[in-house]
Amino acid sequence: MEMTGAKILLECLLEQGVDTVFGYPGGTILNVYDELYHYQDKITHILTAHEQGAAHAADGYARSTGKVGVCFATSGPGACNLTTGIATAYMDSSPVVFISCNVPQALIGKDAFQEVDITGITMPITKCTYLIRDVNDLADSVREAFALARSGRPGPVMIDIVKDVTAAKGEFEYLPKEKHATSGRLASLMERARTSALKMPEPDQGDINKLVEMIAESQKPMLICGGGVVRGRAHEEFREFARRIDAPVAITLMGGGGVSGTDPLATGMIGMHGSKASNMACDGCDLLIAVGCRFSDRVALKPDTFARNAKIVHIDIDRAEINKNVQTDHHIIGDAKQVLELLNRKVPKYEHPEWKKYVFSFPTETQYDDSHVMSPKQILSTVSRLCPEDTIVSTDVGQHQMWAIQHFHFDYPGQLLTSGGFGTMGFGLGAAIGAKMGNPDKTVIHITGDGSFRMNCNELSTEEFYKLPIITFVMNNRRLGMVRQWQELVYDKRFFQTTTERGPSFSKLAEANGLQGFRVSTVEELEEAIQAALAAAENGQGTVIDCDIYEGELVRPMVNGGKHITEFLVN
Amino acid sequence: MDNVKLRTLSVLVDNESGVLSQISRLFSRKGFNVESLAVGVTEDPAVSRMTIEVMANDNHTNLICNQLNKMVPVHSVKLLEPSHSIRRELVLYKVRAKNSEDKNQIIQIANIFRGAIIDVSKETLTISIIGEEKKTDAVQELLADFGIVEMVRTGMIALERGKYTIDEDTKVKGEFNYGKNVL
Repeated sequence: MEMTGAKILLECLLEQGVDTVFGYPGGTILNVYDELYHYQDKITHILTAHEQGAAHAADGYARSTGKVGVCFATSGPGACNLTTGIATAYMDSSPVVFISCNVPQALIGKDAFQEVDITGITMPITKCTYLIRDVNDLADSVREAFALARSGRPGPVMIDIVKDVTAAKGEFEYLPKEKHATSGRLASLMERARTSALKMPEPDQGDINKLVEMIAESQKPMLICGGGVVRGRAHEEFREFARRIDAPVAITLMGGGGVSGTDPLATGMIGMHGSKASNMACDGCDLLIAVGCRFSDRVALKPDTFARNAKIVHIDIDRAEINKNVQTDHHIIGDAKQVLELLNRKVPKYEHPEWKKYVFSFPTETQYDDSHVMSPKQILSTVSRLCPEDTIVSTDVGQHQMWAIQHFHFDYPGQLLTSGGFGTMGFGLGAAIGAKMGNPDKTVIHITGDGSFRMNCNELSTEEFYKLPIITFVMNNRRLGMVRQWQELVYDKRFFQTTTERGPSFSKLAEANGLQGFRVSTVEELEEAIQAALAAAENGQGTVIDCDIYEGELVRPMVNGGKHITEFLVN
Repeated sequence: MDNVKLRTLSVLVDNESGVLSQISRLFSRKGFNVESLAVGVTEDPAVSRMTIEVMANDNHTNLICNQLNKMVPVHSVKLLEPSHSIRRELVLYKVRAKNSEDKNQIIQIANIFRGAIIDVSKETLTISIIGEEKKTDAVQELLADFGIVEMVRTGMIALERGKYTIDEDTKVKGEFNYGKNVL
């Protein structure tokens, strides 16, 4: 059937089952929005306050639902405003398709109004970029983009369409999603990728058997649960595997939710702000099996001495991660779920009581001094006590983020939404909006700091307009706490440019946006505010709770970058 | 770093705009200095073959191959072992040759190295030489005495010796496809 490029694009989204798009219109993408007008009953468009918010929302939607997120923006500044969001999704392997339109073909390369080479800009932060200059390439490219975003190691893809293409007419035939892999350019891509063409190939049996033997020989095994377990939704297989080999399990930041925080084998986070138990176990184990983790510099702080007494085994979907940051002794390439399933079939049940006794003699959680105002632990345990168990938690970046992962116990993949790799302050509110759109029945909370919140609090208006009752907890120490922590510990307490004793009043800001606002400084006040927030959420009203905390509070323990994992700078 | 030496990579890629920039960016963003890069279309007009030479140790070489394999426009990547491959480069030298005596000498040098005179003017000769660095360096040293006006290299191209091709299936190759982005 002949139709305009704009209509083809939207039909392609429907083929993929897309019902929610986050975005911001502008001159070059007007044709698409004009067509979207006719698709309002099928595709819900969420207009954010800023393109960055839309990018994080699409990302949060993808992370929490496991589906591909979609985000629209116009050319030039619109597309550029996406870039922080794209890089955030790329670093954390989140499947999002970003679609922008560019100036008309005749103006490309002329430095036209709002023209920018966005495919060039985003090349290093996407799995693939497409610049579409011909309406006949559009459907194929969009199908390819979605397939790429969600398959293998997921990640963002950028599609830039020149404005003429959205107006030009082309042929489009509906093709069910299952048939995409066998038609058009995608088919040739599949053929090229031979073994993995239509299904993920079996992980190498020899590699599996070797690991089974290594496990049999090990007396002190340890597991790391990385983001791959979360993305691959392999949490059940992982728990079974941990039970079988009876090994302590540390999580990375991205692995939060891959294994339940309340699991008796869980030792908490590993690395720079890892628990004593995790870091000591890493140093003492004789076999370290890392699943879906890339040994980032926040985990393997000093690669040469990381797990120095252990054979390191790396299970990952991406061959390029093997031996990238840490030299490993063995690896298995494959989807976490599939590899763990195969292992579970072959690995008998082991018991390592002495080793566990040793590991769990160290604390898995940090004890904080409760004498100051409210301690982070008091706030977080109050929040988790009063909110439903399956509450989705999004965070920003900084001290509050580390506290949240230390004291919240995440039970399932997609429950924790946090910018791990890129460390994007301002990620949380957008991500929470996306998560609420994707999970309307769940409570969504947003834990942030005053610094991070100030970055993208403009999205409060989006939250209010679409009646997305998110509860924001601002851990307000009137400081850029994490940077200040470094100044205190590493820069001889020369506190500089980290004191943010300034507006706005977050509770008044909430009220100005039509939300509830509270300022609390005791646990009792906090409890009351949470009750009020949960009640308001029933009516679709969001809440901001500004929590007063002590400015000198540190994230503990801490190991400095580049230092051995048990060289704690503070305990 | 240990074991840093010149590595020759052969890469088949989609013959499309933007692919060269995508590949070369990979090297710059991972901090590898490309010594030589040559691209040209293959027997299949939709596919180009790149020969990339880079100074790297074993581990970095593996990382580069893995990263290249992950890219969508890349069909296959192979590290060519020096003992099992042939490498050639075409170099053009424009040499100052003011009198017939100089011209004769330069022609002789070209002949000895199986080069060809491809252009002549009153004051210069242009010579083409095909070979590896050893040969081209030797020619260059000899021609330097006459004065090299300008020169240009195509960049090294290479193929494996014998019946083997870039498309063989190996375990490592199978592994690459897992991480590859296709369903």
